[in-house]
Amino acid sequence: MSVPALVEEYSSDNPLVQGYEWLMNPMHWQGPEGIPLRALEHLGYTALTLSIAVAIAVPIGLYVGHTGRGRVVVISLAGVLRALPTLGMLTLFVLLAGLGLMPPIWALVLLAVPPILAGTYAGISAVSKDTVDAARSMGMTEPQILFRVEVPNGLPVILGGFRAGVLQVVATVAVVAYINLGGLGRFLIDGLSVSDYGRVLGGAVVIAALAICLDIVLAGIQRLAVSPGLKAPRRQRGDSPTGRETITAGVQGGNS
Amino acid sequence: MTHIQRRMIARRAVFGLAAGISLTLTLSACGGGGSPLSDSATSAAAGSGGSVIVGSADFPENATIAEIYAGALNAAGVTATTKLNIGSREIYYPALLDGSIDIIPDYTGNLLTKIDPSNTATDADRIVKALKAKLDPGLSVLDPAKAEDKDAMVVTKVTAQKYNLKSIEDLAKVCDKLTLGAPPEFAERSNGLAGLKSKYNCVPADFKKLPSGPVTVKALTSDDVQFADIFTTTPDIVDQDLVVLADPKGNWAAQQVIPLVKTDKVSDTAKAALNKVSSLLTTDDLISLNRKVSGEQKMDPKAAAETWLKDKGITK
Repeated sequence: MSVPALVEEYSSDNPLVQGYEWLMNPMHWQGPEGIPLRALEHLGYTALTLSIAVAIAVPIGLYVGHTGRGRVVVISLAGVLRALPTLGMLTLFVLLAGLGLMPPIWALVLLAVPPILAGTYAGISAVSKDTVDAARSMGMTEPQILFRVEVPNGLPVILGGFRAGVLQVVATVAVVAYINLGGLGRFLIDGLSVSDYGRVLGGAVVIAALAICLDIVLAGIQRLAVSPGLKAPRRQRGDSPTGRETITAGVQGGNS
Repeated sequence: MTHIQRRMIARRAVFGLAAGISLTLTLSACGGGGSPLSDSATSAAAGSGGSVIVGSADFPENATIAEIYAGALNAAGVTATTKLNIGSREIYYPALLDGSIDIIPDYTGNLLTKIDPSNTATDADRIVKALKAKLDPGLSVLDPAKAEDKDAMVVTKVTAQKYNLKSIEDLAKVCDKLTLGAPPEFAERSNGLAGLKSKYNCVPADFKKLPSGPVTVKALTSDDVQFADIFTTTPDIVDQDLVVLADPKGNWAAQQVIPLVKTDKVSDTAKAALNKVSSLLTTDDLISLNRKVSGEQKMDPKAAAETWLKDKGITK
């Protein structure tokens, strides 16, 4: 058979060295199949996935958090969604709906919904009942309570859930390359298919770097977006009666 | 690039470590304190009545053929046990050399690439000749079967009739109107896009990178792609009424199923039994066995092998 693939020449058999050499090769940083354009595609898929996920998860999270209705259903549903293997869902959707952009994106939406939904729900429901009752007694309508009291107060947790979702999606969006789409996953899938482990490692490093950068940016936004009044209790954590920080830490745990 | 290679490449990264560990364990268990050489020498002397171990690579088709070999050997009075799903050729070839296994079903073209990467033969007979010349001392191949598991350009019956396609040469005339679906390595291997262009002057209008298996078949049957790279032993070829285009210029090397054996462990009786299997095994048989094992039935490879052996009159 003898099918020499047109792969890289590396100076070593060590995949770490190969990965370094692959990243250092200027040829990989230009053109339609270069890292910058692939990274843009990657961010594009991520943005599209997250917009859909936010449009689904945030309204449901707000409703459930505010009213407390359907709490068990939503929480267990989010748990079930978390357990679905993304690559399997992607294959299933493509088999059902055919090739194209949207079937893989929907598989990723399933991945992004649970953390955003859980974050929104937890953020809203963790707002002190006293605060909500005070707002109600002042004559605020329910939408006013939700958007002027609960959302600003729950924002740290809501954004924490969003950050968790972003991180998962940006790291997982590589799988869309499995079904003919682009993004940084192309380097992983194509590299794996011809045993070019330098390319695989290089691509993985770029994805990790992108995810870390994105998370740092989001951490900054989170700091700016949260009301200054909410930062005060942090300085005197010991005597905070609300327990809000504990919940914040719980939702953000492991991903912030 | 066929079955074995492609699946193995995908799995190698994941299973490499695990396979390495399990092989080490297997080897140390087999060593049993003595050196591998003396071990195999004593067992060859003691086992003149013939007791052999049939191994297989880690995918169902190969495991099924291994079960067929073992069943045929047992029917011929040679005691055969199996060690299935050992791993890729990088793992089972050394296992054969050191005597951990004695027999394994292999595929001619890929086996030649493993032992002589510079050989560019694609013709079935030349590959078998080259194999016999190049195999490590102590190993040999028996008769190849007609059955082949290799890459092929496949179209739907509708497409075949529309353009009157029988071979890739016919396809070349309309290539520029059609979209190809194939695994990602097709873009980079010399017998992928490059081979289609240099051997047949066929440059597809578009190329969609798809995982082999149901996704590619679905893309073909729903006309997202008009021709696709599919293995010749895929049951969908029969089930979906697909047409395999001939490859007259030998873009893909022949991949006949062939028993690869440790020479001094295989008696004449055993050779005759394995050669009989080779003389009867066809690509259509492999398709039907794959359907039984990997299709909805999920039949055990051993049970599937037994049905084949009965059909061919090797066992009762």
